[in-house]
Amino acid sequence: MPRSPELAKFIETSTLIKPRPEEGAKDRTMVLNMGPQHPSTHGVLRLVIEIDGETVLKVVPDIGYLHTGIEKTCEAKFYQQVVPMTDRIDYLCPMTNNLAYVLAIEKLLQLEIPDRAQWIRVLLNELTRLNSHLVWLGTHAMDIGALTVFLYCFREREDILRLFEHVAGQRMMTSYFRVGGLALEPPLDFFDRVKAFIKRMPEKIDEYENLLTGNPIFFNRLKGVGHLSAEDAIALGVTGPPLRASGVDWDLRRDMPYSSYEKFQFQVPVSNDCDVWARYVVRIQEMRESVKIVEQALAGMPEGRITADAPHVVLPDREKMKTQMESLIYHFKIVTEGFTVPAGQVYQAVESPRGEMGYFAVSDGTAKPYRVHMRNPSFATLQALQVMCEGRLIADVVAVIGSIDIVLGEIDR
Amino acid sequence: MDSAVQGKDAVRTALPDNRAIASLLAWNADAVLDAKYHLKELTVTIARDEIRGACLAVQAAGYNFLEDVTCVDWYPSEPRFHVTYHILSHSLKDRVRLVSPVESIDPTIDSITGIWPSANFYEREVWDLFGVRFHGHPELRRIMMPEEWDGHPLRKDYPVEGYR
Repeated sequence: MPRSPELAKFIETSTLIKPRPEEGAKDRTMVLNMGPQHPSTHGVLRLVIEIDGETVLKVVPDIGYLHTGIEKTCEAKFYQQVVPMTDRIDYLCPMTNNLAYVLAIEKLLQLEIPDRAQWIRVLLNELTRLNSHLVWLGTHAMDIGALTVFLYCFREREDILRLFEHVAGQRMMTSYFRVGGLALEPPLDFFDRVKAFIKRMPEKIDEYENLLTGNPIFFNRLKGVGHLSAEDAIALGVTGPPLRASGVDWDLRRDMPYSSYEKFQFQVPVSNDCDVWARYVVRIQEMRESVKIVEQALAGMPEGRITADAPHVVLPDREKMKTQMESLIYHFKIVTEGFTVPAGQVYQAVESPRGEMGYFAVSDGTAKPYRVHMRNPSFATLQALQVMCEGRLIADVVAVIGSIDIVLGEIDR
Repeated sequence: MDSAVQGKDAVRTALPDNRAIASLLAWNADAVLDAKYHLKELTVTIARDEIRGACLAVQAAGYNFLEDVTCVDWYPSEPRFHVTYHILSHSLKDRVRLVSPVESIDPTIDSITGIWPSANFYEREVWDLFGVRFHGHPELRRIMMPEEWDGHPLRKDYPVEGYR
């Protein structure tokens, strides 16, 4: 059938793996397009896979379908207006993104954050990690074919989202952290609700493990699949649970602590198996450690202010704003003109559920960031896909994608 | 308040134990244009043609993990593009930022994909969004924008709302 010139051009530009005519009849391979609308690619990831029968020879990720130019938009916003943008990067861990950004700007401003704000940030970050890992576990198991777990995970995730709604007013795009502290004091019964939730969480994790860990089908689909050595992981920029599952003992919360993580006792799970199964084990253990951190945060929650003593940056209390002239002036100035940040560059990395989430902020001394760059864990981890999938079956690609826990929002930004 | 330490010799004196600045000065002191220690972060400015050597030098000093490659556009001043590398050491628990200024008349720099393969996507992103070319990159295609896109959106002279 003759092709129209437009169609021929489309095929030419859309096929990332070009045919190799020099190999002629010996060329038995086929190019398979997976995504961008594919249930196991968790969003709009497109993979161009070259296969020989069922064996994968080459995987080329094609990304950018979700590119919204967030970094560009940040340059046109005041510093405090960037916080809601950071939620949208990674919709599964909004608080982690908020934290990384506000820590970077607070570093530029050299602000002292009160203990209570730091501890609430830690608490919410660990709830976010649980939230993100629950979505990962549910969807990963569903990709493998264990459909039940998804519903169990989303049951607990719903509880976490209700907690977020309670504290921040939003379920997913929380934007709860502010430069200089938190947006609001948490509601009175918030900590009791967290306590009730976290008390029943360990047995829920047992429940997921009962469904999956001893399951021979699940085990055989995961064990030995997607091998990634420690050297490859470091060379390819892999961070977070996949790095620790490759035997590299590195966790930013413990090794380069931020937001008073050094005051918490927790283990960093590491596995030397280097496969998809190891990533599953590491993440399940991480969920248990997160529960411990939340318990410690609840037990030792300090009293005090939730915002730094910096009237030129932090919006004043509503009460003060209505009664004191000074506060009213500051409020008006911050809302209309923003606050200026001293010139400088900072890079602040935090351990997000997917790995190292880093914010590189450049200030030129005005009220708008000169440049905000996000270093995203999934973006780097995606490069390891080729190493992990080469020589395996197509069905293993699905398991590997699930195991690196990608979020396309943060890859494309 | 944390005041900045500026100048490569001043930084070397202020940070006697820092292996990044020590190794870079030992490798090629002429290629190290400047150094700054501010907010507990070390920034070292490297001459554009020497970036590969600088990366190898810090890698040999124990900075084993490339975290990020990005760029800052200082339009209209020259050198316009500051290609920025963040390199982490797992063993030293330390991070160094290498900055390489690139003139807009010839926006090219050597690729470091041979040292860290993870630079592949980062450099593609810088090419796509800033238009800085990387010599020796295996596959320098656009990554975020469509192939036929006109312009490089993160440049400062590219309007936020795009060309209308």
